[in-house]
Amino acid sequence: MPNRSFFWFFLPAGLAMILFIGLPIISTGVQSFYAQHDQILVEVKKCDPFGCKVSVVVDQEATSKVRDEKPLGKFNGFGTYIDRNHLAVDQVSEFWDESKSIGDFINKVGNLPFYKALVFTLTYCVFVTPCVLLLGFIIALSLNAISRKIRGPLIFGTILPMIVTPLVGSLVLFWMIDAEGIIGANLQMLMNDPYLSLKSSKTLMWITIIIYGIWHHSPFAFVVFYAALQTVPQEPLEASIIDGASRFQRVKHIVLPHIYPVVTFVALISLMDNFRVFEPIIGFSAEGSAQSLSWLIYDNLVNEEVILFGSAAATSIMTIVGISIILAPVLIRTWREFKTNR
Amino acid sequence: MDYGLDKKSNSLKTSNTIFIVIWLLIACFPFIWTFWGSFKVRADFFSRADWWYAITAFNTFIETGAKFTTEAYSGAWFEGEFWKASRNTVIVTISVVSISLFLGTLGAYALSRSTKNYAFWLLIIALIFRAMPHITLVSGYLFPFFQLQIWGILPTTIVVLVAINQPFTLWLLYSFFKTVPKELDESALIDGCSYFQTFRHIIMPVMWPGVITAGLFSLMLAYNDFTVTALLLNQENHTMVPKIQSYLGTNQHEGNLMWAVSSVVSATAPLFILVMFFQRQIISGLTAGAIKG
Repeated sequence: MPNRSFFWFFLPAGLAMILFIGLPIISTGVQSFYAQHDQILVEVKKCDPFGCKVSVVVDQEATSKVRDEKPLGKFNGFGTYIDRNHLAVDQVSEFWDESKSIGDFINKVGNLPFYKALVFTLTYCVFVTPCVLLLGFIIALSLNAISRKIRGPLIFGTILPMIVTPLVGSLVLFWMIDAEGIIGANLQMLMNDPYLSLKSSKTLMWITIIIYGIWHHSPFAFVVFYAALQTVPQEPLEASIIDGASRFQRVKHIVLPHIYPVVTFVALISLMDNFRVFEPIIGFSAEGSAQSLSWLIYDNLVNEEVILFGSAAATSIMTIVGISIILAPVLIRTWREFKTNR
Repeated sequence: MDYGLDKKSNSLKTSNTIFIVIWLLIACFPFIWTFWGSFKVRADFFSRADWWYAITAFNTFIETGAKFTTEAYSGAWFEGEFWKASRNTVIVTISVVSISLFLGTLGAYALSRSTKNYAFWLLIIALIFRAMPHITLVSGYLFPFFQLQIWGILPTTIVVLVAINQPFTLWLLYSFFKTVPKELDESALIDGCSYFQTFRHIIMPVMWPGVITAGLFSLMLAYNDFTVTALLLNQENHTMVPKIQSYLGTNQHEGNLMWAVSSVVSATAPLFILVMFFQRQIISGLTAGAIKG
């Protein structure tokens, strides 16, 4: 296709992506270097019969004037990145000096908001991704062994957790696991602990969100693996049966190598999706015990008093850096393939 | 697997069946339970005393005189103005699907027919854009949108969702157009058609299977979105998903929880029906990237 026609065909889609994905990323970058204005304080002398008092109050008029003049805020450079709510450079070095052991240090750093969120996000990724791959693969294998006639409805049931939005999915589970729901109440009875509740225990909350993640993402892995299983050639399988290979050996030596590229694809996609975990935290009302990077951004953006654009933008940029690190291997691989093909 | 030679032992068959049944229970039971519970009063579905009430409808019978009640639905839809939210969802979904398919088919067709290097790079950029967490994009939108005073209205959200959706649509339709033989449009070009005429008369009639799949995914994205709609729309224009969240947050102890339950069911039901009819397309769409890539 000549460049001219390509340009006109691609223009609308390209324009939409530049305007609403490219520019926002740049806008986030710019915002992250600014911080909201401080309130302008004035000293007011108040006199009453008992004497005069000098008090400091916020000059609303001057404050809003400054805010209107420079809505972006004041230039802060990398200030937002290294403040207490983000990388907390000062605090970390302080902790490093005063901590007696590494464990103590890690413990203290883990309580800083950004690191806390980072630890949760990474824990979530590390536990959910492999479990999703494994469960998805097992479901695919076992559904594949079931008679073709009833597979349709079974597949429908299997993909339900995936098609609902994470907020709805987590709510549906939360209502069951809650102390007043069916599973929660029975657990209380089983454990003989009437005060057993999700909200009170950080570990339980984390486990619940991770289980939710596995429940929500496994169907995707299943669908892809199931489709890949349909393309496994039959001849080598039959040959291996004649040679006396066990079922496990067949899966290990023939099926897995065949679908290996698909496994890396699924691993990558679910890693990227897991890294942005956010809605389940709202669905499970888990803000108290589990915070992810995306949740931190959301929290800054729905701030009641002043929206913390700068703070949200700084966390966003660091999230984007995280995503790029995850994405880098694929990009490098694609680039190599492209070069060899040329 | 249907190996022909492979004779499965009975014990293996049984354990396989048991596994599938357990998995399906885990996958589907939460939805069935919520659907069932949405016809009860709060004291039954969230029972402090005994969860068995949810099944026997003990309190529902006392409060309403029947075993099932649609109180939660009428409350959410009329008092809670869920009808407004669902109207907004319909507007957003239809607009997003039609606009993003229009842009996507043109763009993906061009990408699939170009042999230049830049086409490859555009696809890679689309892949990177696809990986961006939506919340980071939203944090980029909010400030400029406030300044331009286009925050809070439906058109802005529609355009944003179209853009966010574009990378995935492009990839999906790109891999679909690759399967349409090139000879088809080449012969039309030789006969003197322009590229646009070729697209209009040769490609459009054969592109519908791919378009339906891509449309379904745009639909699910627009319908299910929480991050963008919750932060870019004002209270009045909220779509279903942020509306459900608003029932949770504000009045958790004033009986609005049942509104959330019934609106969750109302929002999920159309989606399930849709998937029931278009299961094949959804699965082919999910696997298109994986098997070929």
